[in-house]
Amino acid sequence: MGGWVSFDEDGGRRAEGGGAPSSLLEVHHISKAFGGTPVLRDVSLRVAEGETVVLLGASGSGKTTLLRIIAGLETPDSGRVIFDGRDLAGVPVHRRGFGLMFQDLALFPHLNVFDNVAFGLRMAGLSRAEVAARVEEALELVGLSGFAYRDVHTLSGGERQRVALARSLAPRPRLLMLDEPLGALDRVLRDQLIAELRDILKGVGVTALYVTHDQAEAFVLADRIALLHQGKIEQEGTPEEVYRHPATPFVARFLGLTNLLPGRVTQVQPTPTVTHLTVATPIGPLTLSLDGASPPDQSEVTVLVRPEAATVLPQAGAMNEAAVVSGTLVERIFQGGRYRIRVRLAGDIEMNLEIGEKEALPAPGEPIRLALRREAVSLLPALA
Amino acid sequence: MDGHDAALRLDGGRPATAQRPSSVVGRRSLWLLPLAFLALFYFYPLVAILRQALMPAGTPDLEGLRKLVSTPVYARTLGFTVYQATLSTLVTVILGLPGAYVFARYDFPGKALLRALTTVPFVLPTLVVATAFTALVGPRGVLNQALVNLLGLEAPPIRLMNTLTLIVIAHVFYNYTLILRIVGNFWANLDPRIEEAARVLGAGRWRAFWHVTLPLLMPAVLAAALLVFIFDFTSFGVVLILGGPRFATLEVEIYRQTVDLFNLPLAAALALVQILFTFALMALYTRLQARLAVPLELRPQRLTQRRPVTWRARLFVTANLALMIALLLLPLAALVARSFSTSAGLGIAYYRELFINRTGSVFFVPPIEAMRNSLLVAGATVGLALILGLLAADMLARPGRLSAWLDPVFLLPLGTSAVTLGFGYILALDEPPLNLRASPWLLPLAHTLVALPFVVRSLLPVLRGIQPHLREAAAVLGASPWRVWREVDLPITSRAVLVGAVFAFTVSLGEFGATALIVRPQFPTMPVAIYRFLGQPGELNYGQALAMSALLSLVTGVGILVIERARYGGMGEF
Repeated sequence: MGGWVSFDEDGGRRAEGGGAPSSLLEVHHISKAFGGTPVLRDVSLRVAEGETVVLLGASGSGKTTLLRIIAGLETPDSGRVIFDGRDLAGVPVHRRGFGLMFQDLALFPHLNVFDNVAFGLRMAGLSRAEVAARVEEALELVGLSGFAYRDVHTLSGGERQRVALARSLAPRPRLLMLDEPLGALDRVLRDQLIAELRDILKGVGVTALYVTHDQAEAFVLADRIALLHQGKIEQEGTPEEVYRHPATPFVARFLGLTNLLPGRVTQVQPTPTVTHLTVATPIGPLTLSLDGASPPDQSEVTVLVRPEAATVLPQAGAMNEAAVVSGTLVERIFQGGRYRIRVRLAGDIEMNLEIGEKEALPAPGEPIRLALRREAVSLLPALA
Repeated sequence: MDGHDAALRLDGGRPATAQRPSSVVGRRSLWLLPLAFLALFYFYPLVAILRQALMPAGTPDLEGLRKLVSTPVYARTLGFTVYQATLSTLVTVILGLPGAYVFARYDFPGKALLRALTTVPFVLPTLVVATAFTALVGPRGVLNQALVNLLGLEAPPIRLMNTLTLIVIAHVFYNYTLILRIVGNFWANLDPRIEEAARVLGAGRWRAFWHVTLPLLMPAVLAAALLVFIFDFTSFGVVLILGGPRFATLEVEIYRQTVDLFNLPLAAALALVQILFTFALMALYTRLQARLAVPLELRPQRLTQRRPVTWRARLFVTANLALMIALLLLPLAALVARSFSTSAGLGIAYYRELFINRTGSVFFVPPIEAMRNSLLVAGATVGLALILGLLAADMLARPGRLSAWLDPVFLLPLGTSAVTLGFGYILALDEPPLNLRASPWLLPLAHTLVALPFVVRSLLPVLRGIQPHLREAAAVLGASPWRVWREVDLPITSRAVLVGAVFAFTVSLGEFGATALIVRPQFPTMPVAIYRFLGQPGELNYGQALAMSALLSLVTGVGILVIERARYGGMGEF
């Protein structure tokens, strides 16, 4: 990540800082390769008791493998998994007492809802009465009371998902892992279930590790997000931190922030509270301020312009903007409450921006002048 | 594809840490049992045949093989074996394909029942089938009797006994269901939209079939045809009884050389030829099978089937169903009818006779004892075949190079002729270090070997179909490896286990090829008893053969219906 000490320290290390509650799960320097292809590279992670950490990453980023290693379904090539102060090496999967919800749910097809949920309780050797009570409790928790004797084949996608959740929660695991549990559902059902899932996880107070490739899902659920890229943790932090201060251009793109420009720092003006910088970019020089951060030690940078950065200018002369840029409006899409616009700026650079519906937009093909707000423009390390 | 998918590919999703070393070792050492069984009761007898053929007196001596090559009668035997198998296979495929289409694409009342019934011939004991055909078209069969009475003829008008035609008809009766099953199942799951796409692109109905559907279907057709060919090639009981002295396949010739002439070196040489042929055929079949597994876009059957609406479709369906029912019912109906029609009119005299111990008869005990013997042997076979089959399937279901290599090995006994096997047992298990000649276990062991491929094939697709995630989910929820097997693998396969058990049971009940050679004379099984009755002159002996065949087909038929009920929507290969 090069010389962007300021952002690195900010985003990457904060979670491990002294202020956090003591960790229940500690993953130390895990590496794993399959057939010579590295899948995880020196990954470390901590999860505090009661916390929900979301492992966010694209397909192939290694997030599922990390989950499987913690569950004991895979062995790491190197590194350790410590749970509640105990090294889990050599503890077989069925003795770890974790919960794991698979993406395909893996409901037992030969068992009904009750027996699916009861499975872990029976393995734990609970009495019949206890099993029945706990199954009832778990089904009630996920809103499936009365479904106990249904065949799992007869359930809808959402209902199956709840059964799988109930099955994972029934044995009251100290750590619940969820591997894209909503991945197979359609968007509408997903949006509905994700909120419920959050309420259930928080209601139970279970420590959870949640894997997804969907940043919207991650933002709803996460106390903290760990963003995985090519087997490495690219950034770790609260959803706000990660969104506000993406540590790398990759993180920014993954979060849907696509307006990235190559830039060169031409002027640095430190003051006691903020640092003012001037950066040369293809769309012209931009001026921005860094809160209490030390200036970059490299002059080559990437400039991130957030979609909400722009205001349409009738004429010149707005204040405190990073820059005023002119270009052509390529297209505008009304999204209810705001417009999503694409503009072509100097150097043939295109940007996607959001504009409030009340602002006066020219017709597509017409020239447009925009002011970019300073606080919505930030600096990232240069693109590799 | 995420990281864990790579893991699934590489180690089959079997997490190393999930298994404690001791249980892995325990399970793996159990895998040695089916391997040891195959080595001892399959490969060892085959090696004994090889030794007998190449060095009967301990020194290399190719006299048997030389005789085989120099005597035209044996070349003719091989020629006839290939010829009748080719002919039978062709007729079976030509008659079977339209039936497969009807089952694949149409839905009609009574379909499930008919599907179940069509399986019955395939598992009927050869002796029963042969007897049934004599009861239908033999000189004393129902058709001839009726025609003689009706037209006042002097002699029976239908003279099919001891003809190639009858052999072919019996083979079609036997193997029609294989085409129906293998091609029909594949066809039923083939996405009709592929053909529809061809139609939309301008291909006529016939061209769409010829250029699109048939090529897609071809692996299934070839695999089914090859399997039919293998069964026809190794046909024994049917040819022995319906072919009479004029026709002999390799199987029949091995039997005659061994039992009638006691020319072991020559029998061994013949058996060697038989083994080479069947191995080559099986190798080919396994390849085709692998091609069948290519994941085409398969669709659930309920989406691909419709009711016949147009008169043309109705006619087509009706004609095929009529053929199926005629083929299926006529011989069996004739068998049953004939078994009740005594010279003194309708009655159960033949059945009653089975319970009587007559002096001077071919038995020293009431013939019904054969039923007891058969049931005992079948029971033992079921036990052995299930234990060995479950272990073998557990081993083969693990993806990996070892199981890929062993998979066809466990299929080999299916292609090896039963007579060859029995002959190998006579050679190998008749002398120290392994003398089982007088052991009551010899028959169950032979039957288990014949049944094992069926059991393994019933279990394997189900075991392989279990999502690895299910086992992992159970493990995460606290189930030890042994517990995972008991709680996940076993219950999910329970129906397949039942199917395998009934397969083993029916195979054992009907087995004649190996049994004919190794049975202890004082403990005949039902097929052996039928054969002895058929070999004796007189109405009463023939009647008893009919009665016992009817009983045997009844027991077998019930078994098949149990299999059909227990089968998971057409899973399994047979």
